[in-house]
Amino acid sequence: MAFMCLAVPGRLLDIAGDDEMFRTGRVSFGGVIKTVSLACVPEARVDDYVVVHVGMALSVVDEAEAARVFALLAEMGELADLEPEPPP
Amino acid sequence: MKFVDEYREAPAVHALAAAIARRTTRPWTLMEICGGQTHSIVKFGLDELLPTNLTLVHGPGCPVCVTPVGLIDAAIALAGRPGVTVCSFGDMLRVPGSGVDLLTARARGGAVRIVYSPLDAVAYAAAHPEREVVFFAVGFETTAPANAMAVLQARRAGLRNFTLLVSHVLVPPAMEAILGSPGNRVQGFLAAGHVCTVMGLAEYSPLAERFRVPIVVTGFEPVDILQGVLDCVDHLEAGRAEVTNAYARAVRTAGNPHAQRVMRDVFTVVDREWRGLGLIPRSGLGLRPEFAEFDALRRHGRPEPAPPTPTECIAGDILRGQAKPAECPAYGVRCTPEHPLGAPMVSSEGACAAYYRYRRRVEHADPSFA
Repeated sequence: MAFMCLAVPGRLLDIAGDDEMFRTGRVSFGGVIKTVSLACVPEARVDDYVVVHVGMALSVVDEAEAARVFALLAEMGELADLEPEPPP
Repeated sequence: MKFVDEYREAPAVHALAAAIARRTTRPWTLMEICGGQTHSIVKFGLDELLPTNLTLVHGPGCPVCVTPVGLIDAAIALAGRPGVTVCSFGDMLRVPGSGVDLLTARARGGAVRIVYSPLDAVAYAAAHPEREVVFFAVGFETTAPANAMAVLQARRAGLRNFTLLVSHVLVPPAMEAILGSPGNRVQGFLAAGHVCTVMGLAEYSPLAERFRVPIVVTGFEPVDILQGVLDCVDHLEAGRAEVTNAYARAVRTAGNPHAQRVMRDVFTVVDREWRGLGLIPRSGLGLRPEFAEFDALRRHGRPEPAPPTPTECIAGDILRGQAKPAECPAYGVRCTPEHPLGAPMVSSEGACAAYYRYRRRVEHADPSFA
């Protein structure tokens, strides 16, 4: 099945090609390795995590932003302890 | 897997669900746009963690579901022509046309090839100069950059045997159609995160302003979806019609300018027919005139359209968020993933398929569940 709009981030293992249009990278999705186009993410570097759709990397995962939601959650956890309410 | 597992952990999910319950004081109806989000919601039972006065309705963001029957018929007809190979995403193969589906066409000898990427179809065309290769280019803004890139690569490689059967659709016009429809009950949106990796947030502000709805860019894992719901509830409770980003690890405010440029180079905005929703002005993408040689219908001619066939499928109501799958009399009885009457039962992003796969037993056990 092709999951057209679904994507899990994969780790960029290596980069090949100098031509911007044909630049590719091998990306590991939890061990499954695919070669994808890097034409739209010239900023991507080896070891970055990239979001890939139908063979094309479209975004480099921002690690600082990824950590932020859990920092907020930790903060919220404390707030939740202060005003406990039963879940729905 | 990194950036997946931690977004599925129970403590974080429950902390967010509790926060949503605390902050919801009035009944609200939210729509998640993307079928991938619908699948996550149903698979992980996220809707069941929400307070009863908070309703999630499922949106039209299933590219397979909204592809018009006429184009599926065209793909089937092209696959039956000698020398032509139709390349398609696997999801399209079981979507019923007006007669058969692509899978049946293949079983009857049609040349239909499943590819993971349009770029694979370009490589196939390069390796098989004796075949006319047609790629069935469906999808939203997420697949458009790859499909546009396929055209650019084919042109660069000088391929004369590669064309696209284009059925591209755009999210904002569909949201506008939903918000403007008489039966609309959507008060806030979870915008499709991966569409926004490409397009960014800018297109949503005019919608938020005009229809006074908050729009929260949302990801696909349980934590992402509940974070999107929480932000949307916060906006609604505070009376804010804002566009905010709850998926910032993948989505930049401006989107991906390289992907937007590739799309703009190859495609132009056109009126588009949506299966189940009808014609929506300026709601899709077509090839620019300078890329007309890559238009499969121009190269091979448009096959004769089949007459419309009556169906009891209520896909249009499902796609507008006006009915849930179990409200369809055919659901699970005459319409199953093995014998689908409509596209939402086929696709890995279709709402009916999600309910059938993850909820069927529950629904049969408890008729009050809907």
